[in-house]
Amino acid sequence: MGAQIRVYRQKIASTTSMRKIFKAMELIATSRIGKARARVAASQPYAHAITRAVSAVASQSQVDHPLTTEPTQVRRAAVVVMTADRGLAGSYSASVLKQAEGLIELLHSEGKEVKTYLVGRKAQAYFDFRSRAYTRVWTGGTDAPEYSTAQEISKVILEDFATDFAEGGVEEIHVVYTRFKSMVTQEPTVVRLLPLEVVEEEETPATELLPLYEFEPETEQVLDALLPRYIESRIFAAMLQAAASELAARQRAMKSAGDNATELIKKYTRLRNTARQAEITQELTEIVAGADALAS
Amino acid sequence: MAELDVEIVAADHFVWSGAAKVVNARTSDGAIGVLPGHSPLLAILAEGELSIEPVTGTRIHVTVDGGFFSVDNDRVVIVADNAQLNDSVAA
Repeated sequence: MGAQIRVYRQKIASTTSMRKIFKAMELIATSRIGKARARVAASQPYAHAITRAVSAVASQSQVDHPLTTEPTQVRRAAVVVMTADRGLAGSYSASVLKQAEGLIELLHSEGKEVKTYLVGRKAQAYFDFRSRAYTRVWTGGTDAPEYSTAQEISKVILEDFATDFAEGGVEEIHVVYTRFKSMVTQEPTVVRLLPLEVVEEEETPATELLPLYEFEPETEQVLDALLPRYIESRIFAAMLQAAASELAARQRAMKSAGDNATELIKKYTRLRNTARQAEITQELTEIVAGADALAS
Repeated sequence: MAELDVEIVAADHFVWSGAAKVVNARTSDGAIGVLPGHSPLLAILAEGELSIEPVTGTRIHVTVDGGFFSVDNDRVVIVADNAQLNDSVAA
């Protein structure tokens, strides 16, 4: 009987200390979301300017640039998967990986080979555990991405894109990341990055016509310089969105973990009280029965 | 007099914006000065310093390491990989 109470007491103590951790992590995530969203906002002017410029060049020139030309056949595609470095973010990484799996399956069914590039330790662990091959992995700092990482990733994939199929090059590049729609909705998204379709995050008003630009030095050189930057900016934007989503997912997961802990503590407290009461009742019964036995 | 509406953005942050009289930049071909009424232009920036003469206040110097800039309808957008304001004018 006494043992029962002790067990409940231990459970209550350990759940309480876990709840403290959950609360702390929730607070940390909450405070960092603001920063992550501010970074998403701060990257917008650049993304807008670059998208505008790329659309201007693309719409006015008839230049065939390798980055914008649709290949005649696609035999190998690259998939960049963006997950978190750490867990405790609910289904965040799992849903990105699920989405990526779906995409890979689809590409396979279209008869394409798939090369995977991973971002985040969770993706690496997932692939390692299943002993599946991946081409490259970047870890560290998924919740606060650096522009240099985006540059590195785009450099690697652009190199692969420029390589011939026979030498292991790819003809298509997809990115799987989590789009931050709001604090409560983040959705895993697949974007085809290359060959390029210029997409604007926000539609420009139709009335605003792009002026006829002069290019300096030459249209082709301008495209050469612009497109890799555009890719970098797209990748960086995806990383920032993923970071904000990760933090939001973590905050939500920690909030519900904390709530569950509170529930558990309540439940165990009740059980402990019942056990204590049962013990007292039993002792009383024993005393009364003992006295009765002596009296009779 | 017409003035230029200048905006400088770096990859991950906003750098400066305001009205200006002249923008001097260095392209991969050579130096270029942009005055109000310039024809639309899209040019690659070379590594180095560009200077902006705002309508009010002193000249602003910005160091960039690559990027591009566009001019249309007196609107100058300077998109730099990494831009650094060089003096304390920026408040």
